[in-house]
Amino acid sequence: MLFLADFSVIKPDFGLLFWTSIFFLLFWLLIGKFAFKPIAEALRKRSGDIQDALDSAKKAKEELQDLNSKNEELIKEAQEQRALIMKEAKVAKETIINDAKAKAKEEANRIVNSAKQEIDAQKKAALMEVKNEVGQMALTIAEKVIRKELQGNSDQESFVNKLVGEIKLN
Amino acid sequence: MLRFFLSTIYILSFALLGLAQHDHNHDHGHDHGDHSHAEEGGHGHGAVICGEQAHHEFNAGDNAIHHIADANVYSIGPLQIPLPVILYAPDRGWDFFMASKFHADLIGHGDGHVAYNGYVLDGGSVKRVTGAGFPDGEVNISGIIHKKVEVDGKDKEVAFVCYKEQLYPTDSKSTADGGLFGGGITSFYDFSITKNVTSMAIVLLFLSWLFLSVAKACKRNEGKAPTGLQNFMEPFVSFIQDEVAVPFIGDKAPKFLPFLLAIFFFILGLNLFGQIPFFGGSNVTGNLGVTMVLAIIAFIITNINGNADYWKHLFFAPGTPWFVKLILVPVELLGLFVKPITLMLRLFANITAGHMVILIFVSFIFIFGRSGESVPGAIGGAVGSGLLTLFMMAIELVVAFVQAFVFTILTASYIGAATEEHDHHGEHAH
Repeated sequence: MLFLADFSVIKPDFGLLFWTSIFFLLFWLLIGKFAFKPIAEALRKRSGDIQDALDSAKKAKEELQDLNSKNEELIKEAQEQRALIMKEAKVAKETIINDAKAKAKEEANRIVNSAKQEIDAQKKAALMEVKNEVGQMALTIAEKVIRKELQGNSDQESFVNKLVGEIKLN
Repeated sequence: MLRFFLSTIYILSFALLGLAQHDHNHDHGHDHGDHSHAEEGGHGHGAVICGEQAHHEFNAGDNAIHHIADANVYSIGPLQIPLPVILYAPDRGWDFFMASKFHADLIGHGDGHVAYNGYVLDGGSVKRVTGAGFPDGEVNISGIIHKKVEVDGKDKEVAFVCYKEQLYPTDSKSTADGGLFGGGITSFYDFSITKNVTSMAIVLLFLSWLFLSVAKACKRNEGKAPTGLQNFMEPFVSFIQDEVAVPFIGDKAPKFLPFLLAIFFFILGLNLFGQIPFFGGSNVTGNLGVTMVLAIIAFIITNINGNADYWKHLFFAPGTPWFVKLILVPVELLGLFVKPITLMLRLFANITAGHMVILIFVSFIFIFGRSGESVPGAIGGAVGSGLLTLFMMAIELVVAFVQAFVFTILTASYIGAATEEHDHHGEHAH
């Protein structure tokens, strides 16, 4: 114990024990209650808030990704549908055109045929009329000839000749 | 590694001090007395001269011990500022007065020229004159000398007051070491606002302001990012919360967090405050009394929160054979008290060692300069000790944080062990 004689820091004196107890307890109770506790609570709350914010950001990101992939799917589907529709439309167009062409051809043929028939009919009718006319004419001529016959021979003869000549001209 | 280094220095410095003490018979004070003879009061050791013993001989160990000690004056640089003195002696009651009553030199070593109500100021600390016939009230004294006397078979240094050519022995204040370290109950108690108490008040007021404003900022900035002071202090709080309280105490951490924070910042603040050169350099956390209070409070907090499992493990060591119990239970019980004692000693020893090493390094200037006789020696000493002190102060800054942290984390681990909920699987496994 040579040097401990006045090594006073190792000898706890009552005054210092008393004041240290008072000061420390006051510091602990007052600052603990009015500063440390609120600070610790604020820190805990903030870390909770930050965690929540991170979580919700992650969730939002995931949702956005979901939405994006859904959108892409939709676009893809739409494109496929469009392509399908286009293909169908092309086919339909071609069928329609072909149908129309065929119909038109048929119609044309029909018209041509009916026109031909009409023409033939008209022609036949016209020929019939001509024949009838010619018959009438022949009758008329025959009547006139008969009447002339009844008036003189020579005259009849020349007349018939003249008529015959007229027929030849026709 | 650091701890090993520090403890080596600590042991070395103690050895140095021990050596220094061998040829130690000098006066703390200086030549204030008249040079007349004086009879030693009451003890009959023969005649001594008050003044003659007062030759100045530099002793690094004593110098360091003097500067780390608590005092009734606050020293800023060489300035000695008087502090309030509160004394209690069972035979004379309470005394309240300012240390200026002792009329110590404003720039000096804190030796009073006046005795007041039988109290004197010796090297900054109050002592009580015990010799019979010493007058009350304000009395001019001619000096204080230190001598070694034998008390109960032990060598003890006693300060003697020279008054009217007589030597009167003095008592140091009562201490709570039970005579273990050379102290004990004496004729008076000192409840003064000492240098350490003042430093504690300054630091605690500063810390209170700091944390109240941080708490206010927390409230004001709720939901916003922290700024400024709040931003600077919050990491310390969250460090103690996340690295100390929660890992050791778990779910009950919020209950003990204010206590752990108070311990941490109390120690850290006082550790750092003590490192400010010239501003008192008070050695608060390096005083066994202070660390004892902290350790006792930690001990009480730990044990009043101890649950049934904790006490059962302590007293019965369940799950072990009876012959193991015979060894284990006493060891556990010893450990109960060893824990706070190690807390107390670790902090005290680290901080005191740091202060003493720095003071001894600074003393190199006087040792190499042979107290002013050799100027080149003093210059060499100044350069060398400047570098060493700079290095040591850097380490001390780390030590200030490390020791505050170690005290807090150990306290947290003790509390955690006392409040832990056991799942009882371990017991059946044995």
